[in-house]
Amino acid sequence: MKTIRYTGLIAFLFSLGLFLSLFFTSTYTLTEQIFTSNVKAEHQETLGPELAGMMDREYSLSIPFVKDLNAAVNTVNERMRSEQQWDKVIYDDYAGSLTRASTSGLIQDQTTLLFILVFIVGAVGALMFILPQIQLGGPAGIKHNGIFFNALNNRGWIGMLTGGLLVVFYVLLYFYPAYITNWIILVDPVQKLLNPGATSSQWFLYGFLYTFAVLVMGVRMIIKYRHSKYQIFRTISVMFFQTAFAFLIPEILVRLNQPYFDFKNMWPLDYDFFDAWHINMLTTSGGTGIFMFAWGISLFAIGVPLFVFFFGKRWYCSWVCGCGGLAETVGDPFRQLSDKSLKAWQIERYLIHAVLIFGLLMTGAVVYNFISGTNSILGIDTYNYLRKPYGFLIGSIFSGVIGTGFYPFMGNRVWCRFGCPLAAYLGAVQKFKSRFRITTNGGQCISCGNCSTYCEMGIDVRWYAQRGQNIIRSSCVGCGVCSAVCPRGVLNLENRDEDGRFNQPILLGNDSIKVSN
Amino acid sequence: MQHTVIIGNGVAGITAARHIRKLSDNKITVISGETDHFFSRTALMYIYMGHMKFENTKPYEDWFWSKNKIDLMREWVTSIDFDGKTIVFKNGTSLTYDQLILATGSQSNFFGWPGQDLKGVQGLYSYQDLELMEENTKNVKSAVILGGGLIGVEMAEMLHSRGIHVTYLIRESHFWGNMLPKEEGTLIDNHLAEHGIDLRTETELEEILDDGNGHVKGIKTKTGEVIDCQFVGLTVGVHPNIDLVKDSKVETDRGILVDEKLQTNVPDVYAIGDCAQQKNPPAHRRPIEAVWYVGRMMGETVAHTITGNETKYQPGVWFNSAKFFDIEYHNYGTVLPTCQEGCSEFYWECHDKKKCIKVIYETNSLKVKGVNLFGIRNRHEVWDNWLSQEKTLDHIIGNLPEANFDPEFFTHWEGEIQEKFNSEFSDKTVNVRKRGFLEKIFA
Repeated sequence: MKTIRYTGLIAFLFSLGLFLSLFFTSTYTLTEQIFTSNVKAEHQETLGPELAGMMDREYSLSIPFVKDLNAAVNTVNERMRSEQQWDKVIYDDYAGSLTRASTSGLIQDQTTLLFILVFIVGAVGALMFILPQIQLGGPAGIKHNGIFFNALNNRGWIGMLTGGLLVVFYVLLYFYPAYITNWIILVDPVQKLLNPGATSSQWFLYGFLYTFAVLVMGVRMIIKYRHSKYQIFRTISVMFFQTAFAFLIPEILVRLNQPYFDFKNMWPLDYDFFDAWHINMLTTSGGTGIFMFAWGISLFAIGVPLFVFFFGKRWYCSWVCGCGGLAETVGDPFRQLSDKSLKAWQIERYLIHAVLIFGLLMTGAVVYNFISGTNSILGIDTYNYLRKPYGFLIGSIFSGVIGTGFYPFMGNRVWCRFGCPLAAYLGAVQKFKSRFRITTNGGQCISCGNCSTYCEMGIDVRWYAQRGQNIIRSSCVGCGVCSAVCPRGVLNLENRDEDGRFNQPILLGNDSIKVSN
Repeated sequence: MQHTVIIGNGVAGITAARHIRKLSDNKITVISGETDHFFSRTALMYIYMGHMKFENTKPYEDWFWSKNKIDLMREWVTSIDFDGKTIVFKNGTSLTYDQLILATGSQSNFFGWPGQDLKGVQGLYSYQDLELMEENTKNVKSAVILGGGLIGVEMAEMLHSRGIHVTYLIRESHFWGNMLPKEEGTLIDNHLAEHGIDLRTETELEEILDDGNGHVKGIKTKTGEVIDCQFVGLTVGVHPNIDLVKDSKVETDRGILVDEKLQTNVPDVYAIGDCAQQKNPPAHRRPIEAVWYVGRMMGETVAHTITGNETKYQPGVWFNSAKFFDIEYHNYGTVLPTCQEGCSEFYWECHDKKKCIKVIYETNSLKVKGVNLFGIRNRHEVWDNWLSQEKTLDHIIGNLPEANFDPEFFTHWEGEIQEKFNSEFSDKTVNVRKRGFLEKIFA
C-alpha cells in the first residue's frame, strides 16, 4: 500500500514537473506566412517593418518572443498616437495569436501524448497517493494528525513554494497569457473534444485546470471525511456544479451556437453580468439569451433571499459556488491557516463591505450607461475609473492572485472572507433573516479550540460555543467542519425556528445561576 | 475596592475571574506557575498530535485580560498566611488579598511502583507534562500505558498518532471499568484494537525496568511478563492538588473541604474545581468531581457569592462527555458500571459495533435515571428535561428522534432502537420512526 502511495506521488510529481517544464520547451519562429495569415491587412503595413527583425529568427523561450512582439506593436501605436492617427492604433491581441502560430516543437507535435502524460498520469498518480489512505489512514474519523508539523499545511517550505507557484501562475494567466501559450495548447485536445470548432484560450486552460483540481482533490476530501455524510454530499455537490455548470454546459452552449453562460454564477460575484456587451450578447441571442438574462437576475433577486432564509448562505457558498468548490477541495489542507483574531474580523468587515459598495457603484454606473447610452456618470468616465479598476483590482488581483494564491499563507477562503461581494450580500441575509444557525449543545463545550482552528472563515467558533451560545455569523459558509472536528458533539448546523436562534435561555448544566443570551 | 486573588488559571479559576469581572469592579489577580495564559487542558493532546498549536488552545486572545482588567501573574505560590491574608511567592515577593479562591486543580497519581522515577516514565496533566512527553518520546518505538481511564486513552491516541506502538495495561476486565458498564467498555476495547492498540485487560504492573542508565527499558507485569518499551505513561487517575494548604488551618481531606457555597472553613477563602471536596455533596453527586464542566460551574457560582450574592452550588443533571479515538461518548444522568438496585437497563448496539445507547430506568416505574450514548450525538437540553422531569423509558424511546443532534444526512438509528424496545416491551410499544424519502434513496 505504501509503495502504491509513493509510486503515485512520484507519478504526480513527474506530471507536475513535466507541466512546469513545458513552459520552457518550445521554439518560437515568426515567419512571413504566419504574419500575413494572422494579422489584419490594415495592420500589416504598419506592423510589418517593425517585426522585420523578428522574422525567421528562432526564439527558445516565449518571454523574449512576446516582449519583442509587444514592443513592435507599442512602437507602432506610439507613433500613430503622436501622429494623431487614432484609427491606426492596434487594439488586437496579436501577442496571443502570433505566439501560438509561431510555436513549434514537442507541444505542437505531441499535444495528445503530453496531455496524457500531464493530466492522465497526474490524476492517476494523485489518486494512487490519495486512495490507499482508506486503509493506511486507519478507521474513518478526523484525520488531522501532524497537520501543524507539516511543511505544506503549516506555512513550511512546501507551502511557501506552492503559494509562490500559484501566485506566479495567476499573474501569468491574467496578465501575460501569451507567455503560457504552451499550456494553452496543451489543453486544446479537450477543447476540440467539447467543441471541434474552437481553439483553447487562456480561460479554457483555467477552467480545465480548475475543474481537474476540484475533482481530484474532491476525491481526497470525500475520503478524508468519509465518516460524515454531510461532507460527502457537499463535496459531491461542488464537484458536480464545477464540472457540469461551470465547465461543460457553457462549452456545450457555445457548440450549439448559444451564448457562453454559467447558470450558477451570480452577480455581484459575476461582476460583468451587467456590462453592456454582456447584456447585448444575451438579449440578441433569442429566447435562450433572454432566459439566461432573466435567470441571472432571478438568481440574486429571488434565489438568494429565499434559499438563504431556509438553508443559510451555505446553499451557495459551500454547495454550489466555484470559488467555494475550489476552497473546499483544493483548499481543505489549508483551512487551519485562517486568522481567528478579533483584528482580522474587523478588517474583514471593512474590506468585504467596501468591495460590495465598490461593486454596487460600478454596476450602477454601468447599468446607467447602458440605459442612457452614455459612457460616463457625473462626469466620470465609467470604464476607466470604475469598471476597469474593479476588474483589475477585485476581479483579477483579489479573487484570483490573492484569493487562491494565498491559500498556503492565509487559508483557503481569503477571497470569500475578505473580498467576495456576493458573500457579503448572502451574509447580510443570513445574519438578519434566516433559519440557519450553528447550534451549541448546552453546556458541553470544553474550549479545546478545534472548531476555531479548522474554521476556514476565521470565525472564533469557540468564543460562542463555550458560553453555550448559538453561532450566527454572516460569514459562516456552513462547511460543517467545526461540527465534524468537535470532540464532544457540541456543534450542529441546523435550519430551525428563526426565533430560537439567539436571546434564548442558555443551558449550562448549572442550576445555581441563570444565564440568557 | 476589594482584591480577589485566584490561584490557578484553569477553567475553574478563569471562569470565576470572568464572572467576578462581569458582576463587580473588584481588583482581580489570577496566579499561575504553569502558563502565562489560560489554555484548554483537555486540548493538550491535540498539540502533541499536531491538530493544533498551543496558541490555538487558548480560549481568549492575550489582549482579553488587560481589556477586562484581570491581572495575570506567572508565579509559583509557596505559602499562604491566612491570618494576614497574604500570599508568598517562590521569588520571595508577596501579595495581599481580600478574598482568595483556590483553584489549584489536580495532580497525577503515582502509587509507588518500583521504577516510577525513571526517565521516560510520566503522567499527563500539566503543560509541563506535555513538554516532558515531547522530550521523552523522541525516537521511541514502543510505549506502555497503565490505567484504563480518560487520560490513558488520550495518551494512547497521542502516541499512536506518532506511530509509536502502544501496549495498554488495565486492571479491569474492560476499558474504564470504574465508570463504564461491560457492553460499552467492550465496545471501546474493540475500537482500540481496530486502531492497533495492544490492550491487555486484567493486567497489573509489578515494576518498571531500568536500562542501567536510569532510563526505562520495559515493564514487568504481575504475572511476570516483560514488555519492552522506551516510554511508560502512568495514567491511573488524579487527586486534588492540595500541597499548598495541606498543613495550614484550611481543612482538607482528599481535597480542600468546602460547604455548599464553596467556602472553606477559613473566612474569605474558597475552593473550586478539581481541588475542592464537598462536605455535603448534592444527591447522586460525588464529593470530588475532577471534570471540566464542574470546574466551570463552580467558577460561575463562586463569582456570585464573592460579589455579594450568596449562592449555593447546585449542579443540574449530571452530564459528561469524552472521545475515544473516533467514538464520541455522552452521558446524562446516572449510569453506574453495575446497574443499581431496583433499576434495569435497556441496551441497543449498532451492527458496526461503534454506536450504542444504554438507558438506565427504575424497573417498576420505568422512570429513567441516566443514559450512555456512544457514536450518536444527542441534545443536552432534551435529556436534561427528560431526566429532571423523570420521564419514563417508553416516553423517551418514543420521542428519541427529538433528541438527535447528529449532523444532517447522518443515518438515523432511532427507528432501529425503537424496534428493539418494542420487541422487549410488547405492552408499551412506541411508534417507530419512519425513514424520509431522501433517507430511503441514500440509505
